[in-house]
Amino acid sequence: MQRYYSVGSNMAATDETSALLRSFECEQNLLSRPDGSANVRQGDTSVLAAVYGPGEVKMSEEIIDKATLKVIFKPKIGLPGCAEKLQERLLRNTCESVVLAVLHPRSGVNIVLQVIQDSGSLLSCCINAACMALVDSAVPMKCLVSAVTCAVMEEGRIVLDPDSKQEKESSAVLTFAFDSRENNVVTCSTKGCYTPEKYQECLSACGAASRNISSFFRQAVERRMSKEL
Amino acid sequence: MERGCCIVDLGDTKVLAQVSGKIEEPKKNRPTEGSIIINLELSPMASPAFEPGRPTESGIEMNRILERNIRDSRAVDTESLCIVAGEKVWSIRADVHVLNDEGNIMDAASIAAITALSHFRRPDVSVMGEEVTVHSPEDRDPVPLSVHHMPVCVTFAFFDQGEFLLVDPNRSEERVMDGRMVVGMNMHREICTLMMSGGMLLVKEQVLRCSQIATVKVAEIIELIQRALDKDAQARQAGEKCGFAESVPTNKITTNRKEATAIDTTAAAQQASQVIQEAGPVDKPMSNMLVQAPGTVQIGEGLVNTWDVDDEDMESEEKEGREKSVTNGREAVATSKPTERKRPVKAGEGTVSHAEGSDSEEEETVMLFQGDDETKSTEEPDSTALMQPSNSDKPAKKKGKKKKAAQK
Repeated sequence: MQRYYSVGSNMAATDETSALLRSFECEQNLLSRPDGSANVRQGDTSVLAAVYGPGEVKMSEEIIDKATLKVIFKPKIGLPGCAEKLQERLLRNTCESVVLAVLHPRSGVNIVLQVIQDSGSLLSCCINAACMALVDSAVPMKCLVSAVTCAVMEEGRIVLDPDSKQEKESSAVLTFAFDSRENNVVTCSTKGCYTPEKYQECLSACGAASRNISSFFRQAVERRMSKEL
Repeated sequence: MERGCCIVDLGDTKVLAQVSGKIEEPKKNRPTEGSIIINLELSPMASPAFEPGRPTESGIEMNRILERNIRDSRAVDTESLCIVAGEKVWSIRADVHVLNDEGNIMDAASIAAITALSHFRRPDVSVMGEEVTVHSPEDRDPVPLSVHHMPVCVTFAFFDQGEFLLVDPNRSEERVMDGRMVVGMNMHREICTLMMSGGMLLVKEQVLRCSQIATVKVAEIIELIQRALDKDAQARQAGEKCGFAESVPTNKITTNRKEATAIDTTAAAQQASQVIQEAGPVDKPMSNMLVQAPGTVQIGEGLVNTWDVDDEDMESEEKEGREKSVTNGREAVATSKPTERKRPVKAGEGTVSHAEGSDSEEEETVMLFQGDDETKSTEEPDSTALMQPSNSDKPAKKKGKKKKAAQK
């Protein structure tokens, strides 16, 4: 099922913002062992996320009134190092803000992410995949998280959902994650130099794009629930 | 789609393999050969039993079998990976990630590894005398690895002490089997690996029977691999998109797809400029840095020393210190509290009073003197007292600071 969106034509001329999100695809419940799994593809970038939980947690890690979230991020090449640990922490903080951990005290929720292909906008793809996997595993959440990456090019142009070539040529790459209810910022992660004005522009542009992604997630879940099992 | 990437679905078992190449120094005992590294990762995604970090015994065993199958059977030619003998060779690395464990990871991993190695293209390298140029994929087409043959593993599960035999066991069958045997074979009916890891006793006819069954299975699997590689090559030549995106069926309800969308951002730009205007001017950060000496910068002032020593005592001790330092130059002298002040004075005339001071070291404050500079390191913890050169205006400044501190 493919849906095409038509948009007002006055965007490119005035702000020089290349506001084009790449093709988006999401497949849920593709793995049999994890409680929930999702494969999100943004253009060529593909991330597979799996969720186990709520389940047992080690005594040393358990929290008495909340569930313990653990994120494991696996790169495609080589052994995980410090950069992967940073990604894990970012994702964990994002998920902790939306998961209703108080409903499952002294349990653990494990989220494992595997990069299948990295062609730009990796962090936002990971956040989207983690969110969809959590939905698939029926872990209770306050709202969905939709993430968008944008790149600020040398000449000041903003590119949404950049691919790896655009990211390499950019002067800054910013990733924002928004919640699906009020479009508030859940996470913000940036790399590079930019002015506060540029930051606000990117924030607003990504906010507009994230509504798009939230509605896509909604559609995906509706489609999945459309047939009786 | 990246080169050297392969996903294998064996029933529900899912394995991902990715091959990458790096230029490194060769091993000392083999200067003309490159290296092939195979790393099997049992991802925690595949099963709740897999923990991240250290690989389990079974993980290491499977990794070894994979390595033996591909590396030791010389499936990939390592001599052709040499660039400059003794200095630069290609080190090819194959990372195999298990994504879903529904039995028989071994077979799936071996198929994924050898297919990824056949699919991989390494950058072209040209050597001109001393210079080595690595060409980017845009300059020159990447070059395939020289794969002599494709060894594929087939796993057999035995039940009832070898009476019953199952090929390609799934997870439930693996859990109740008595023992297992892995046969790695290639297209030319050559056995590359044979591994039976205990659990039962096997009659030799069984082993022969297994290898014959393996012959048939391996032929089927390799045909499948060839077909997939050919299809990919054709798609690439035609310029079509190839890879995972196209192989996902879009008519399932668990899949949802959306084409590239354009976003209207005019409202966003207006909103952004509004936010900036409403925010108002930004305060510039104040920095009051004081450069004491090359390599020493002071930001802010330290607080007054509140460690049991009063200001008056400090001053009188300072005077003492000045007298002493004239005679002794640079030395560490233990000075004591007001009640015991007389002791160090006597001792300091001759030798350094370390021995005497050691009786009650906890009560005494240690001060370091430097030439004719009566620096009090305990007074100002933020300035690096040891590094300060003797400066005539330094004492004046310190006194001034002390006065300011006292006023506070």
